[in-house]
Amino acid sequence: MKRIYVKEQWCLGCHLCEYNCAFANSGMTDMVKALRGKQIYPRIQVETGADGVTYAVSCRHCTDPLCVKSCIAGALSKKDGVIEIDHEKCVGCLTCVLVCPYGAVIEDGSGVAQKCELCMKNSCGAPACVKGCPNGAIVYEERGEAK
Amino acid sequence: MKRYVIIGNGTAAAGCIEGIRSADAEGSITVISAENYPVYCRPLISYYLEKKTDLRRMHYRADSFYADNHADVRYGIQATGIDAAAKEIMLDNGGKLPYDALCVCTGSAPFIPPMQGLETVQNKFPFMTIDDALALEKAVTPESRVLIIGAGLIGLKCAEGLHGRVQQITVCDLAPRVLSSILDDKCAAMMQKHLEANGIRFLLGTSAQSFSGNSAVMQNGETVDFDVLVLAVGVRANTAIVKNAGGSVGRGILVDDACRTNLPDVYAAGDCTEYHDISSDSVKVMALMPNAYMQGHTAGVNMAGGAALFDNAIPMNSIGFFGLHCHTAGSQPEGCEMYEEADDSHIKRLFVRDGRLVGFMLIGHMHRTGIYTALIRNRTPLSEVDFARLKIEPQLAALSAEYRDHVLKGAV
Repeated sequence: MKRIYVKEQWCLGCHLCEYNCAFANSGMTDMVKALRGKQIYPRIQVETGADGVTYAVSCRHCTDPLCVKSCIAGALSKKDGVIEIDHEKCVGCLTCVLVCPYGAVIEDGSGVAQKCELCMKNSCGAPACVKGCPNGAIVYEERGEAK
Repeated sequence: MKRYVIIGNGTAAAGCIEGIRSADAEGSITVISAENYPVYCRPLISYYLEKKTDLRRMHYRADSFYADNHADVRYGIQATGIDAAAKEIMLDNGGKLPYDALCVCTGSAPFIPPMQGLETVQNKFPFMTIDDALALEKAVTPESRVLIIGAGLIGLKCAEGLHGRVQQITVCDLAPRVLSSILDDKCAAMMQKHLEANGIRFLLGTSAQSFSGNSAVMQNGETVDFDVLVLAVGVRANTAIVKNAGGSVGRGILVDDACRTNLPDVYAAGDCTEYHDISSDSVKVMALMPNAYMQGHTAGVNMAGGAALFDNAIPMNSIGFFGLHCHTAGSQPEGCEMYEEADDSHIKRLFVRDGRLVGFMLIGHMHRTGIYTALIRNRTPLSEVDFARLKIEPQLAALSAEYRDHVLKGAV
């Protein structure tokens, strides 16, 4: 399946992907109104290595998802390879945050969990972080499955 | 066609069904369910009282779960015995059920120590099942004074669930601190202060010595009057059925990394078991929902002829009260090194032994903590990571470049 991958040699460390992510999942149509003066809780996180290299981390939609296996509310599931959260069922226990080995499940600021769902459930339709990356450092492509 | 039988219908059983079906689409699956409900999320009963969920949303799986997996659930029936030689189980309705592979997922039951006069208390409840929560909900009124015996995970979640529905909540525990099974003194003190600020009253280091109707006399001499009593002292693994069949049983049913008991073709999973904790290198009961699922799934794959191992189990808990959250994992062995960061609203304690992270306690700030958990589960030597950076914040950037590439540049 297609997943999000990063090309760290192209990453500028500009954090625009974080803002595009927060906007895409805000449900609003105006980016300024959606984000201005607000603390954002993006589902993608830009990291900086000790060597100064930067890259963005988001859900790997992994083969053996510990978040799905660990969810105490049965709110996380894998459908056609995409790991998604049923926000109706999530009670905000944050067990998924405790078990995700990549730190890709994030508390949303109101106490419940959220994660990258590849912009499948918002109006963007394709990953906003990829579309908005000014230097092509985030790609959405097929690279096979884990063995 | 293989015949699979599962005793119990909780999370471990659901994991077992999914594990079997990942390896065998054909065999028959029969589930013996003592409770008259499809698999539901037990830890959510406090959220139910708090009205953060409801009975429908508490279902662990979709309504079509059993049908989709061709599993036949027999509700309201208990298994009474296992004949390991004949490979069949006995049922309380007099029936017998043959199996080719059996998984015991009998869970645990409230442990209620003998307390003088307990029989004189009318309104008393354990807090384990949906039926317990529904009965408790019926018994309380806005005027109720509630006494909860036990300041562990169950007792405190019950207190949070009842908060706002009753007039007064008092929690007592023989231990000198709250959440004594997962927090040390300093972390427990922060959580207790927060709970007290939300109106929960504590009597610690003492428990009820005797009851007379709606009054309890504590070991320290204090008298507590109440309208409703919740018994949340602790739980015991339901092991009898395996023990009576000649299986190895300690505090739980002993299982190996493949979730096998010592009886042929008999597996066990979930709160009824004891198993290896890699963080302390000891065998213990770790009655945790994530582990229950992973054990059940492992057992299911192996029952169906596959090869699965759950060989990196650790205790771990994510729990919060009134908006203050806490993450704990692994263990805090004697003589370990500790790294600490703390202020008025958060604590981070990381425990290191023999060059590996073996445990942590975090209160207040829960961001990407799974990166720490993975260091414990993977037994990552800290010499291979930038621990000075990791201490400050969990991040992949502090792990090796090879690992980072592996995670971010291909499917994992």
